[in-house]
Amino acid sequence: MALQIYAYILHKDGAVDDTALEMVAAAGKLDPAASLTAIVVGSKTDAVCNSLTTSFKEIWKIDNDAFSYPNSEVIRGILARIIPKGSVVLVAHDHFGMDIAPGLSIKLGGTYLPDTVGFDGIEGGKLKAVRQEFGGQVSTHVLCDISGGAVITIRAGAFRAAEASGAGGAVVDKTADAIAGGLPGGARRFIEIVQAEVGDVDITKSEILVSVGRGIGEQENIEIIRELAKAVGGDVSCSRPIVDAKWLEKSRQVGTSGLTVKPKVYMALGISGSFQHLGGIKGSPFIVAVNKNPKAPIFQVAEIGVIEDLLEFVPLLTEKINEMK
Amino acid sequence: MEILVCVKRVPDTAENEISVNSSGSDIERGDLVYSVNEWDNYAVEEAIQIRDKSGGSVTVVSVGDADSEEVLRREMAMGADKGILLSDSAFEGSDGKGLATVLKAEIEKGKYDLILTGTQADDGAGQIGGMLAAMLNLPYASLVNRIEVLDGKKIKIGREIAGGNQEMNEIDLPCVLSIQTGINEPRYVGIRGIRKVASVEIPVHGASDLGVNPGSVGKAAAGVSRVDYFVPALGKGAELLEGSIEEKVEKLVELLKSKGGIK
Repeated sequence: MALQIYAYILHKDGAVDDTALEMVAAAGKLDPAASLTAIVVGSKTDAVCNSLTTSFKEIWKIDNDAFSYPNSEVIRGILARIIPKGSVVLVAHDHFGMDIAPGLSIKLGGTYLPDTVGFDGIEGGKLKAVRQEFGGQVSTHVLCDISGGAVITIRAGAFRAAEASGAGGAVVDKTADAIAGGLPGGARRFIEIVQAEVGDVDITKSEILVSVGRGIGEQENIEIIRELAKAVGGDVSCSRPIVDAKWLEKSRQVGTSGLTVKPKVYMALGISGSFQHLGGIKGSPFIVAVNKNPKAPIFQVAEIGVIEDLLEFVPLLTEKINEMK
Repeated sequence: MEILVCVKRVPDTAENEISVNSSGSDIERGDLVYSVNEWDNYAVEEAIQIRDKSGGSVTVVSVGDADSEEVLRREMAMGADKGILLSDSAFEGSDGKGLATVLKAEIEKGKYDLILTGTQADDGAGQIGGMLAAMLNLPYASLVNRIEVLDGKKIKIGREIAGGNQEMNEIDLPCVLSIQTGINEPRYVGIRGIRKVASVEIPVHGASDLGVNPGSVGKAAAGVSRVDYFVPALGKGAELLEGSIEEKVEKLVELLKSKGGIK
C-alpha cells in the first residue's frame, strides 16, 4: 500500500527553502509510489505555493496573518488537527523542526525518527533508516515502525534535491480547517528576533580562515591560532565550543547557528566537524584539517588531513611560514 | 520555583575516540570515560542560577542503571538539591518515547514549575523535551540559550536560531525547555564537592513505584530501535600527510602556497 507522506515546507520572504526539494527526494526514496503533499503555513503564501506546483501533486495552503512568524506551538497544534493519523510527516531538522517535530509525533500517535540522513527500504511496516551518533563519529541503521504513522526529521543536505518534475500540483486551501475553533498554542508568544552582534572582523568576507575548535584545550592557547592567522594573512574563526566557553566572540563562529562563510582556504584546527559546523562552510573551499583523532568526521570532507596534536603542529607551521617570508 | 532537570550519563566525546566494535553491534565501550551529557550540565547550572535568584529547589533525575547514580551525585555536588534515579529492567531498550513515558510518570508525582532537558545527548536525537511537553500538555521551547524569570507565572526565553540570531518568546509556567550549550558557564565540580554529597541518599524508582505499565516501555514497546553501528564508507576522504611532524609541516606549507592559503 502506498504511503501518504506530508512534507512541511520552510520558506522565508516568499522563497522556498532548499530542503523542500530534498524532501521530495527523501519521500521518493522512502516509497516511490507514495502520495506526497506539501504543507505551507504562513502569511501571503501564494507565490510559495505556486512555485511548489512543479514538484508536488498537492499543496495544502494554510494562510493567515497570525502565521506571519512561525510560532511552533501554534503550528504543531494546527498540524495535529489536519494531518490524518497514520501518515508519515517529513520536517527539516533545523531550529524549527526540533521545536515542533517530537511533540507532533506524540500528538499524532506515531513514532519519531530524528535527524535522518538516509533511507534503506521498508520491511514489514518497518522503515530502515540511517542516522549518526556521537557528533558524526559513527553511523547507525535504525528500524522505525511506520505502520501507525511517523514524524521524520531530515538533515539538510543529506538528500540530493529532486529535479522539478512538472508535477502539475493543485493548491488546496486548508486554512479554515486549520484554524476552526481558534488558534492553539497561546502559552508561548513570539516577541522579536534579536539580530546577531556584528564583530570587529567580518569572517563571511575572509578568503583565508584559520578556524579553531575544542582541540585547543585552553583559552591561552588561542594565541597560537592568532599567530598562524597573522602568518598566513587570514582571519581567526572557530566552532561552537569555543564560543560556548566565551574564548572568542559569537561573530567568529562558523556553523548553522553561527555564520556561513565562503573562503578559498579553510583550516580546521582541532575541529571534529559536526554537521552543524560543516553546514556553515560554503563555496567548496580547500579544507585542511588538523586533528589528533583520526576518526574525526572533518577528515571525510577535508582535502588534506594532518593527524597531529594541533598544539604541537601549529607553532611549527607558523614558524616555517614566517621563515619563508 | 520548583525545577526538575533530566540528565543522562553518556560517553564523554571530549575524552574518547568513539569506534565501532568488530561485530557492529555496539561501540567499543571497554575504555570509555563516562560523564554527564554536556547539554544537561548547562541545564543544571541554569536551574541552580534560577533557584539562587528566585528561590525554590532543583531536582535532577535520570533514567538508567546504577552507574547513572554517579552523574546525579555530580550534579548534586554542583548544587542540585535532590537526585532521583529511575531504574528498572523493564526500562532497558526504551526508545525516546519510552524514556519520556518514564520521566512523565516521575514528573506527575511532583509539582514542578519548570522542566529542563539538554537540547540533545550522545545519539543526537533531541527528542525527550518535546515529547515530554506534548505528553504533559505543557508549552515547549527547544534550543533555549537565555532565560529571564518575569514573575511566578511566566518567563522570557531566547532560542538559538540560524545565523547567530536569537528568537525571543514569552512562555507560561509550567513549561518544558531544552537547553542549548553556551547559555551559561557551568561551575567547576571538585572532588571535595562530590565527597560532600557522597552519602546523600538517592531514591530509586522502578516501574511499579511510578505506576508505569512495563509493557508500555522498554525494548518490546520501542517503535524505533537501533540495528547496528557502522562507519560509513568515506566519500573521497582527506589525503593524509605522512612522515615526521616536520615533513608534514613542509608538505602543508607547499600545499597552502599553491592554493592561495598564504598571502
